[in-house]
Amino acid sequence: MSWEAVIGLEIHVQLKTETKMFCRCRNGFGGEPNSQVCPVCLAFPGALPVPNRRAIEETVKLGLALDCEIAERAVFHRKNYFYPDNPKAYQISQYDEPLCANGRLAVPTENGEIVIGIHRAHLEEDAAKNVHVAASGRIHGATATLVDFNRCGTPLVEIVTEPDIHDAETAKRFLQLLRQTVVELGLSDAELEKGSMRFDVNVSVRPEGSDELRTRTELKNMNSFNFAAKGIEREIARQIRVYEEGGTVEQETLHFDPTQEDSPPLRSKEEAQDYRYFPEPDLVPVQPPPDLVDRMRGEIGELPGARIRRIADTLSFYDADVLVTGGLDRLWSDVVAAGAEPKEAANVLANQFVAAGIDPGAVDAGELAKLVSARAEIPRAAFDEALAHAGDAGFSAAPYLEQKVVADASELDPVIDRVIESNAAQAEQYRSGKQGLLGFFVGQVMKETGGKADPRVVNERVREKLG
Amino acid sequence: MTIDTLRLTAEEAKNLLERKEISGSELFAAYAERDDDLNAYLHRCEDPGGDGIPLAVKDVIGTKGIPTTAGSKILENYVPVCDATVIANAKRHGLRTLGKTNTDEFAMGSSTENSAYGPSRNPWDPTRVPGGSGGGSAAAVSGGLAPWALGSDTGGSIKQPAALCGQVGLRPTYGTVSRFGVVAFASSLDQVGPVAKTVRDCAYLYSIISGRDENDSTTVDVPAVEIPAAEDLKGLRIGVPKEMNHVEGVEPGVTELVDKAIALAESLGAEVDECSLPLSVDYGMPCYYLVAPAEASSNLARYDGVRYGLRVDGDDFREMVMRTRDAGFGDEPKRRIMIGTYALSSGYYDAYYATAQKVRTVIKREHDAVFEKFDVIVSPTSPSVAFPFGAKAADPLAMYLCDVFTIPSCLAGLPGLNIPVGLSEGLPVGLQLIGPQFAENTLFRMGYALERAIGFDFVPERLR
Repeated sequence: MSWEAVIGLEIHVQLKTETKMFCRCRNGFGGEPNSQVCPVCLAFPGALPVPNRRAIEETVKLGLALDCEIAERAVFHRKNYFYPDNPKAYQISQYDEPLCANGRLAVPTENGEIVIGIHRAHLEEDAAKNVHVAASGRIHGATATLVDFNRCGTPLVEIVTEPDIHDAETAKRFLQLLRQTVVELGLSDAELEKGSMRFDVNVSVRPEGSDELRTRTELKNMNSFNFAAKGIEREIARQIRVYEEGGTVEQETLHFDPTQEDSPPLRSKEEAQDYRYFPEPDLVPVQPPPDLVDRMRGEIGELPGARIRRIADTLSFYDADVLVTGGLDRLWSDVVAAGAEPKEAANVLANQFVAAGIDPGAVDAGELAKLVSARAEIPRAAFDEALAHAGDAGFSAAPYLEQKVVADASELDPVIDRVIESNAAQAEQYRSGKQGLLGFFVGQVMKETGGKADPRVVNERVREKLG
Repeated sequence: MTIDTLRLTAEEAKNLLERKEISGSELFAAYAERDDDLNAYLHRCEDPGGDGIPLAVKDVIGTKGIPTTAGSKILENYVPVCDATVIANAKRHGLRTLGKTNTDEFAMGSSTENSAYGPSRNPWDPTRVPGGSGGGSAAAVSGGLAPWALGSDTGGSIKQPAALCGQVGLRPTYGTVSRFGVVAFASSLDQVGPVAKTVRDCAYLYSIISGRDENDSTTVDVPAVEIPAAEDLKGLRIGVPKEMNHVEGVEPGVTELVDKAIALAESLGAEVDECSLPLSVDYGMPCYYLVAPAEASSNLARYDGVRYGLRVDGDDFREMVMRTRDAGFGDEPKRRIMIGTYALSSGYYDAYYATAQKVRTVIKREHDAVFEKFDVIVSPTSPSVAFPFGAKAADPLAMYLCDVFTIPSCLAGLPGLNIPVGLSEGLPVGLQLIGPQFAENTLFRMGYALERAIGFDFVPERLR
């Protein structure tokens, strides 16, 4: 039997507002533990929440970018549970009346697009950070827990997709596109390493062609797109194996650890919490006025998905996708406008530029265009060095462009002859059929010329001389 | 001059201070030096200086640097780092905190017998309860230990003790007084309000503490408070709900005095007619005992021994929390936490909490309809006068019924004023005046005119 996976995602994005969701404490990463706290976020008796206007506005903006309906009346609920990172013993969240619902995000692909439904996007407060003190740093085997309340009460948007995803690759691409959307809207840094974007994955499988929804498992605490893809693939394979061996999949939450072969369960259905949701009586319903919604709509530019589709008309889909989800497409447009060849510019940006880790915002597109256009005429070493400095203030391509590549055969031939002579054994092997050694000779010549030789000419000449 | 703290009103004290006939420290000392044989205070304060009027504060209201226990062991050592907004407002008017008054634990009760620190005594008869939960505030004002006080009211905790101690007490319209810094019992019902010897004092204190607060999103702008002066009730339409007057369970002495007060109002020019709140009275009590415990179960979950208050150590986090809560909470909070947790649980939510919220909407609408025809509705505040200690303590349901008349308007978010209307067998009887939202000025007007006409002596007979 062939199987189809059914995947839904729950994404949490930390908003980078000045202050926390329900108090005036600074909302910022870092800081001495428990230095950004007050009676409200520490849940002292009598403390009351006051909602952060900016956080509500930004959630509305994200909802619009995800094509959601914006609620005329949204309600905060209390989600009750005991945990050391949750000082009120309830989290203020949204339940059946979220700010945003029924949206969609179209993920462009080589053959059209895959539309993923957005079930809802709502606003809530983050929990404190539990620091589990143990040798491994993981929850398993921890011996003590310290709590840092700096993160407690910071605004968090939760985005829940419909179970419209059927493979790990689409899940990964959806997450990348969503991340880029959130970053461009200015809502969040959405940095996975810092936890400002986190996601949980729900996975189930069913016989191909069926529309049933079987028991799903939840993979929690993913902190990389590749881990998510890997975890999903592993979980799909596991569930198929379970069914094919005649077993049943249990509803459970799994802790994904990429260094382990399997994902150990965190908790099973029997321990599922009853959160006793009820409307938060300390807050009044949120009613975003129409002019606010219009203003937020006006702040949204051309979204990443649309730009991928537009740029894919000029470049390959792959290049368009890499440029946009890497936040490089605006620089690419500018470099092309300054005279660089589009494909060449895309190659440079998607490969060397990314590897050099330069902030695209700091780059002078005109200078970069000169460099890209001269790429074939200057030595590789000079090009690499120039690119590494492309983000420096006042960067000029001129000094690098003066270093010309050596393409003159009469200059290169003596060097090539010398290399063949001193590697006679390899030359013999090449002639008797070991063609792979061509690269060895080219490399030796490049080394001899200090990287200034034109590799294409060297290639041609070496082949001729050995042939 | 000697200061008769039993008789001196806040208004008179203010005048004496302004005319410099007494100093601020003399006035404060007059209350502070009086022996608290009523157990009205859980904590008494030093004079912070200044020449403002002294004020007693119910111990659920957070006071910076002054212990705030909410009558519970679990907060025995808790000292707030900031003032509640009502205290900040009071301080802006120069008011000085005399002390923190006794309360049923987390304001859950009608007699102060649920206080972890022992009950307060009724100044009219020390063998009887002062009412609750704000029995400490009412006893302090009645017993000459404070010129006036702040209380808090969830289902009757200002009005009922004021009635049992012969004082004036206002539960304000929900949203007119900030709850910031007030230890929460049931957030959608809790309101802070004044307890005073006179209606004018009550109105003045309300004007000081009320108003929109940026720290409490449920507060609103409040109409200007008018200190009442008129002695007639011309044009005032008074409704007498038949389900709350002349009904079974009300002591005859209470009914008699309430009837006399209503007749007096009519003689002052008011139009009096019967009205009906059939669902509010029948369903108010069950509705309240689902909504309030549900919210309480969530509000009280923060007392875990981690950040403040009592901590009883255990082998791990769970055990520490369980031991702390077991030792720190008394029977009544435990009972309500359990009821509330149950009412909110998956599978029961729709039957209990969601239904109670629907009933609450019905109660609001029923009151709205009555207030289309009437300006004020009246009833006894309490079905009985002050009862002896232990009379109801063993029977939670009997205790809950003390609030049968005060609860419906609390659920509807409406203001209610208690004024004393006489003595039945030597104990005060209170009349409850209920108005539509933001009708405090109307209640003050009616309360003041009746107060003048009745001429009730608020000083307990045995202390005169």
